Amino acid sequence: MIGQGRLAAWGIGLAALVALPFVYRDPYHLHILVLILIWSFAYTSWSMMGRFGLVSLGHGGFMGIGAYVTALLWNHLGLSPWIGIPISMVAAGALALIVGYPCFRFRITGHYFVLVTLALSGIVLQVITATRDYTGGSLGYTPNRTSGNKLLALQFDDKTTWYLIALGIWLFGIVVWHWVDRSMARYALEAISEDEDAAAAAGVDVTAEKLKITLLSALMTALAGAIYCQYQMFITPDTVSGIAVSLQMVFAAIVGGLFVSLGPTVGAIITILLAEALRIGFGTKAVGWDNLVYGVLLVLFIIFLPKGILGSLLDRLKPQRKVPRAHEQEVVQIARPGT
Amino acid sequence: MLEVNGLVKRFGGFTAVNNVSFKVDEGEILGLIGPNGSGKSTIFNMLSGTLAPTSGSILFGGHEIAGLAPHRIINSGIGRTFQIPRPFRRLTIFENVALAGFYGQGRHSRARAEEAAERSLAMVGLPTDRHASVDGLGAAGLKKLELAKALATAPKLLLADESLGGLDEAEMDQAADMLRNIRDELGITIIWVEHIMGVLMRVVDRVMVLDHGEKISEGLPSAVAGDPRVIEVYLGTDAETTQAAAAEARRRAGG
Repeated sequence: MIGQGRLAAWGIGLAALVALPFVYRDPYHLHILVLILIWSFAYTSWSMMGRFGLVSLGHGGFMGIGAYVTALLWNHLGLSPWIGIPISMVAAGALALIVGYPCFRFRITGHYFVLVTLALSGIVLQVITATRDYTGGSLGYTPNRTSGNKLLALQFDDKTTWYLIALGIWLFGIVVWHWVDRSMARYALEAISEDEDAAAAAGVDVTAEKLKITLLSALMTALAGAIYCQYQMFITPDTVSGIAVSLQMVFAAIVGGLFVSLGPTVGAIITILLAEALRIGFGTKAVGWDNLVYGVLLVLFIIFLPKGILGSLLDRLKPQRKVPRAHEQEVVQIARPGT
Repeated sequence: MLEVNGLVKRFGGFTAVNNVSFKVDEGEILGLIGPNGSGKSTIFNMLSGTLAPTSGSILFGGHEIAGLAPHRIINSGIGRTFQIPRPFRRLTIFENVALAGFYGQGRHSRARAEEAAERSLAMVGLPTDRHASVDGLGAAGLKKLELAKALATAPKLLLADESLGGLDEAEMDQAADMLRNIRDELGITIIWVEHIMGVLMRVVDRVMVLDHGEKISEGLPSAVAGDPRVIEVYLGTDAETTQAAAAEARRRAGG
């Protein structure tokens, strides 16, 4: 339950975030903030299922579908993103169900599930690259600029508008995270992640519960891809899809903290600032360095700080706030053998 | 209430349960005993849907449930415990039981699930404190939690799998009394699988004995305990074969 103090803190924080672009108008910094908010939403979407041990490396695929389907419908059929985005989400959701159902029905879990999703990511990337006559292949794709109604085309030149849209989407992600966290579905999914047979013996329809959270996660990720595309007005298979994007989601969620709602947001702040710092500091010489740094950091975090930065910080600040759940305690014991 | 006919389960070439038929009447406690590997747990797993039978029928309240998914069977009114307790360590004790109360009763409402959790925890004698961690429970506590989870699903038939292994004698008596209370107070029919014959015989109405996947005896506890086939399975053959093997070994060593 959210206490009065925490609710007040959220209220003040949100008010400050909404007020920010009206006070501070530096376009570069606002651009970075928009990117952080959009990617935070994508990482939050990933962590919806990642926190229950459903580690997917296929989310790059869902994000790519969100971005490309929306842009293709706009350019080829003139369909407004207001219709295109829901269609792209439905497409990503359908793919999630097609891949998820056999996995869950036939108990493909753990490493094998990761491998299946990895393939999904690769397939979507290949399809985008192979259909280069439509998608522009690896050279990227640009939605046509509208000459008419900007709202209908969901195209805005103004950074403040985009900042507010991104903030709304991000907040939506956080709200959904909390909604799942406080639902009975969380109990079921925690139980499933530990012992599927025992969960079934408690009456849980294991396949259905896993499908539901996977669907939710895929829909949200596709939305993130579509919004990213509308904001950047330029997408390439490597920036919105594929294995690198999927790995980045895993990295950010784990570094920030998987078991707290703002963990993926902290992860996004770190990944995007890191990428920007490398870009500005080293220019084109550092292309791809961020992925190298992610890899090294991921190993270090899994070993030394498995609850992520925010998760560990919150524990330190308020040890009495709640009894850590058993699996979180286990992790701590691994980190400090002999205690 | 439960009618099992010609139940068979094969794993490859191995027949774990061979043509077993039995009935359970409403309100009775049926004991199911047999040595290790006699097929007790396999029968349980088929009744609860964890395993699908190779052939045979299981009628529960007049409906065929053989081969149904476990959550459907649980929702139709059969609750089960596991031989080795399987708590969800990521959840608190209360959440463990509330989960079963919610999903085991057709996902009605959270309030109803939490009510069921409180009742079940009180019934088995665990604290209803919402924040207590599973890690604080010992062997007896974990078995109580298993039972509370099963009770929270509001079963008409409870499958209790070797719920006394790993307990001392006082705890065993307590647990046996608890099963009887569950039947007496809640009117829940029980099938109780157990290695330990002593305590079981005191509580059950009827006993069924399995050996090598086949039913070898069934009846009142006193009658079954005196059945020569049961004595043979539990004591006789083992002692004889041991002696025979020892004699054989002596003969070879001598010659």
